Amino acid sequence: MSTRLAKHGRLIDRSKQIDFTFNGKTMKGYAGDTLASALLANGQVMMGRSFKYHRPRGVVASGAEEPNALMQLGTGDRYEPNQRATTTELFSGLQAQSQNHWPSLEFDVLSINNKLSRFLTAGFYYKMFIHPRPLWKHVYEPIIRKSAGLGAAPDAELKDADTYEHFYFFADVLVIGGGVAGLQAAKAAAASGAKVLVLEQNSYWGGRAPVDGGTIDGEAPEAWIEKTLAELRAMDNVTLRDRCMGSGVYDHGYALGYERLTDHAPGQGGPRHRLWRIRASQIVTATGAIERPLSFAGNDVPGVMLAGAMRDYVVNWGVKPGERVVVATNNDDAYRTALVLHDAGVEVVRVVDTRETGGGALMEAVREKGIRVELGRAIAKVKDGKSVTEVAICAQNGEGGAREIVQADAVAMSGGWSPVVHLWSHCGGKLIWDEVTASFRPDPERPPLGDKGQGFVVPAGAANGEFGLAALLEDAAVAGAKAAEAAGFPATTVAAAKGESVAEAQMEAVWLMPAKADVKLRMKSWLDYQNDVKVSDVQLAAREGYESVEHTKRYTTLGMATDQGKLSNINGLAILADSLNAEIPQVGTTTFRPPYHPISLGAIAGEARGEIFQPIRKTPMYDWHDRNGADWEPVGQWRRPFAYLRDGEDRHAAVNREVKNTRENLGLLDASTLGKLIVKGPDAGKFLDMMYTNMMSTLKIGKCRYGLMCSENGFLMDDGVVARIDEDTWLCHTTTGGAEHIHGWMEEWLQTEWWDWKVYVANVTEQYAQIAVVGPNARKVLEKLNAQAGGGMDVSREALPFMEWRDGQIGGFDARAYRISFSGELSYEIAVAASEGQAFWDALMEAGKEFGVMPYGTETLHILRAEKGFIMIGDETDGTVIPQDLGLNWALSKKKEDYLGKRAQQRSHMVDPDRWQLVGLETVDGSVLPDGAYAVGEGVNANGQRNMIGRVTSTYHSATLGRGIAMGLVKHGPKRMGEVIEFPGTDGKTYKAKIVDPVFYDKEGEKQNV
Amino acid sequence: MLILECPYCGVKAEETELAAGGEAHLKRYGPGSSDDEFHDYLFMRENPKGVHFERWRHANGCGKWFHAARCTMTLEVFGTYPAQTTEPPQEICDKITAKRPGWSWREFSDGRKSSAA
Repeated sequence: MSTRLAKHGRLIDRSKQIDFTFNGKTMKGYAGDTLASALLANGQVMMGRSFKYHRPRGVVASGAEEPNALMQLGTGDRYEPNQRATTTELFSGLQAQSQNHWPSLEFDVLSINNKLSRFLTAGFYYKMFIHPRPLWKHVYEPIIRKSAGLGAAPDAELKDADTYEHFYFFADVLVIGGGVAGLQAAKAAAASGAKVLVLEQNSYWGGRAPVDGGTIDGEAPEAWIEKTLAELRAMDNVTLRDRCMGSGVYDHGYALGYERLTDHAPGQGGPRHRLWRIRASQIVTATGAIERPLSFAGNDVPGVMLAGAMRDYVVNWGVKPGERVVVATNNDDAYRTALVLHDAGVEVVRVVDTRETGGGALMEAVREKGIRVELGRAIAKVKDGKSVTEVAICAQNGEGGAREIVQADAVAMSGGWSPVVHLWSHCGGKLIWDEVTASFRPDPERPPLGDKGQGFVVPAGAANGEFGLAALLEDAAVAGAKAAEAAGFPATTVAAAKGESVAEAQMEAVWLMPAKADVKLRMKSWLDYQNDVKVSDVQLAAREGYESVEHTKRYTTLGMATDQGKLSNINGLAILADSLNAEIPQVGTTTFRPPYHPISLGAIAGEARGEIFQPIRKTPMYDWHDRNGADWEPVGQWRRPFAYLRDGEDRHAAVNREVKNTRENLGLLDASTLGKLIVKGPDAGKFLDMMYTNMMSTLKIGKCRYGLMCSENGFLMDDGVVARIDEDTWLCHTTTGGAEHIHGWMEEWLQTEWWDWKVYVANVTEQYAQIAVVGPNARKVLEKLNAQAGGGMDVSREALPFMEWRDGQIGGFDARAYRISFSGELSYEIAVAASEGQAFWDALMEAGKEFGVMPYGTETLHILRAEKGFIMIGDETDGTVIPQDLGLNWALSKKKEDYLGKRAQQRSHMVDPDRWQLVGLETVDGSVLPDGAYAVGEGVNANGQRNMIGRVTSTYHSATLGRGIAMGLVKHGPKRMGEVIEFPGTDGKTYKAKIVDPVFYDKEGEKQNV
Repeated sequence: MLILECPYCGVKAEETELAAGGEAHLKRYGPGSSDDEFHDYLFMRENPKGVHFERWRHANGCGKWFHAARCTMTLEVFGTYPAQTTEPPQEICDKITAKRPGWSWREFSDGRKSSAA
């Protein structure tokens, strides 16, 4: 059993004891512990159940690469699943729960899957998909959903209680990794004067060097690390951040850093995570290396760990993994673990080295301690269970027979080390296969390229495949200097610190243990712990024809879990290469994609949540609306009142009241959100003739015209009233959502097609408050205001006729009044300066009292226009509708040679008489048609579905007519007046509606023209 | 997250400031053009692995449209230039030739516009 040692533990503070809970049980650890080291110290070797087979699992690694020890942390609005125990720093009150078991970690009913493992092989899901659909839906899916998976999802109703932020940073040289290579590279780069940022994922600096030993400049690595850190901290051009992981490298030197500010100290205040958005000229990846597991049967039993991790637990946290340990290796490095364990008083019962010739000086040192070293030997099997009890040892070069059984409670394994090439590879850096270390390393000839075609990533140290301390430090010093020079700083030569470490003998590539393991062993030899993928699964995939490593990954799920195969990828593709009789470099790797390690969604969102998720645009009268019952509706970034609710009124009642009152008395609409674009210049008329389907150049000064805009594809994209202001100025109204888009659209054509035309476009939408004064009493209220002010604009029928506009004063306000109507009533849209909007609104409300004034919202606006058969962009149009579909041929100029969309509207499909066309729809029983409902016709289509002959585009209850009204697009619609067609609803009912003229109210248009 | 230098305001703009506008140097076909000409103008686009000419707008900056010549494979940018031109300037073509001898794109190649293709 694992326990705390009396000595060792360079990172823990034994004077600060900390209480935490695991599965509800209180345990004790020390400040400086990770959750993983603290659990081991409490004898908790088993930390979870596996994804698919529910096998007992313990911690394998000591860092970000950990696949097994995933925890559910916290509760309520701070609950988070799938957090690695190895990267979770212990704090007082931490609450952790293990995952994926029922009813408990110790006794898990679904461990039956382990017995069924031969039915749950590679491609299990895909194979099941072939079976009859009901079986999938009612049997497999519910079972799989219950049994497979990681932690439970957080409660969807709860909001994350923490805050997050983004931070922008520009660096000449970004160094990712604060191990000795990263610090050396930073020092070399900073000496040139470059602005250097160094990111370290852990809370401590120096990486593995203090654990692995050796000397730097004649001292223990820790002394050099402290000294170098002090030097770097003293430099103005260097920024150091710990607990900040280099998460991804992107195009042209963009990088993300993921800083965990309060995970280790909740309650400290401030943001929990900070996402660093970094632009760097050059990036040094000093990301170290990750140890590979060995593939032997039972290599997932709790107590089997990576040799380097086991060393970490002893040296860093003073935890011993067991009492009797077997070390299995194919290289010299694992002997360091044997030495550390021996020094800590742990019995190393065997070192099993696959190499017939054994290792070098480290092996000799181990032998000198009296530890038994066996060469050419392997682990045949670790006995299944909740912890290691028995280890069977056999010859490496065999099938696993003639076993010697050894009693042990932990196993340290090392299959060699792989450089962490992820960040090098994120943006296209290529790899080469290194025979010596049996790993992929960065190809210096093929780095990721920046905007000038220059390489912008420089790997350093172990991440570059340089493992000895001396070579690693020299490589890092060169990398740092090279990066600074590439970033435009003078070449400097900083002498690399002198590293010394024990020379190591050549390792041996071992991908399966023993080399010819029989199928029973291979079925228990894990490659990917987190996704439960075994050697036999990859071999099966190869037999079933999967040759591409990318396909094999998806078929077997190898490397697809939250750890993205940090431990499993090389072993997996080596097995695949062997199965395919190919070389490893030929098989290649899967694509490395950011993030390197899972980052929180909160960090990605940053501050963009809740009220500041996006800007809210408010009209000058926003506050008045809010005080007077506005039921807000988002329209793009604007907020508009849907309706103004009075006490005791629901939405429906409020809308009916507003509709009736506007038709009978007087309504006010805040129309300020409508887009207003000034188009000005000698060629403005010519330009607008191209933009609009109508002729705008001939519009007389003082007049208005309703215009349509189409895309080059012919489809209707916006509409609005255009007013001719003077000889070379037009004012174009757009839809509320269209102002910015149409402004951009005009700019695009002016800048990229007709750049010699003299036209200027300005978006003045927010410069004006615009109020629609609508209803039979509209003129009366304006005349009253003018009378009160002692005169003003003549708003009579004769002086300001329908579809004209005038500048002048109304009620003492400088105003521009447009006689235009989107309701069919007598209507003036009056624009005043935005700053006067509220005062003008107040004046209208006050003067309008005797005329029955009421404000109305967007729903009433919609109903009023629908009663008149006016189309609405986004309702009657959806990007596939042309003006001809909507009976708007009158707005298409026949005189103009060209306008945007004209050529497209001549294409065969656009002139097809079978296109659906706009009609009015009246339900037979007066009810309201469901929005978006489709009308069905005779017969079925090629897929056996009923033929569709039309759809509802707008549908409302008309308070004016006391019945449901709708508009829709129907095949041959205008020729089918009076016909009744059927609309099956999603509620199971079938609605019957008669095809009618789309103008339901005041067909002659008399009311708006009084 | 590409960086493109806006040829108008001189800002080294990053992708979040820019809006992509598709292929550059399209010739507009309107009424009077054949169905094939119009179809090609509207829908047919280059999709090269290598040298490409694109339209970009410095949307969250000075608002100007400009052109960029870049490599879609390596993301190298050969140059940016104003949008008020129907073909890439000689200087840009020369820059591409220096880095990608023998390049061609639509009717343009190796520094010169080829004679009527």
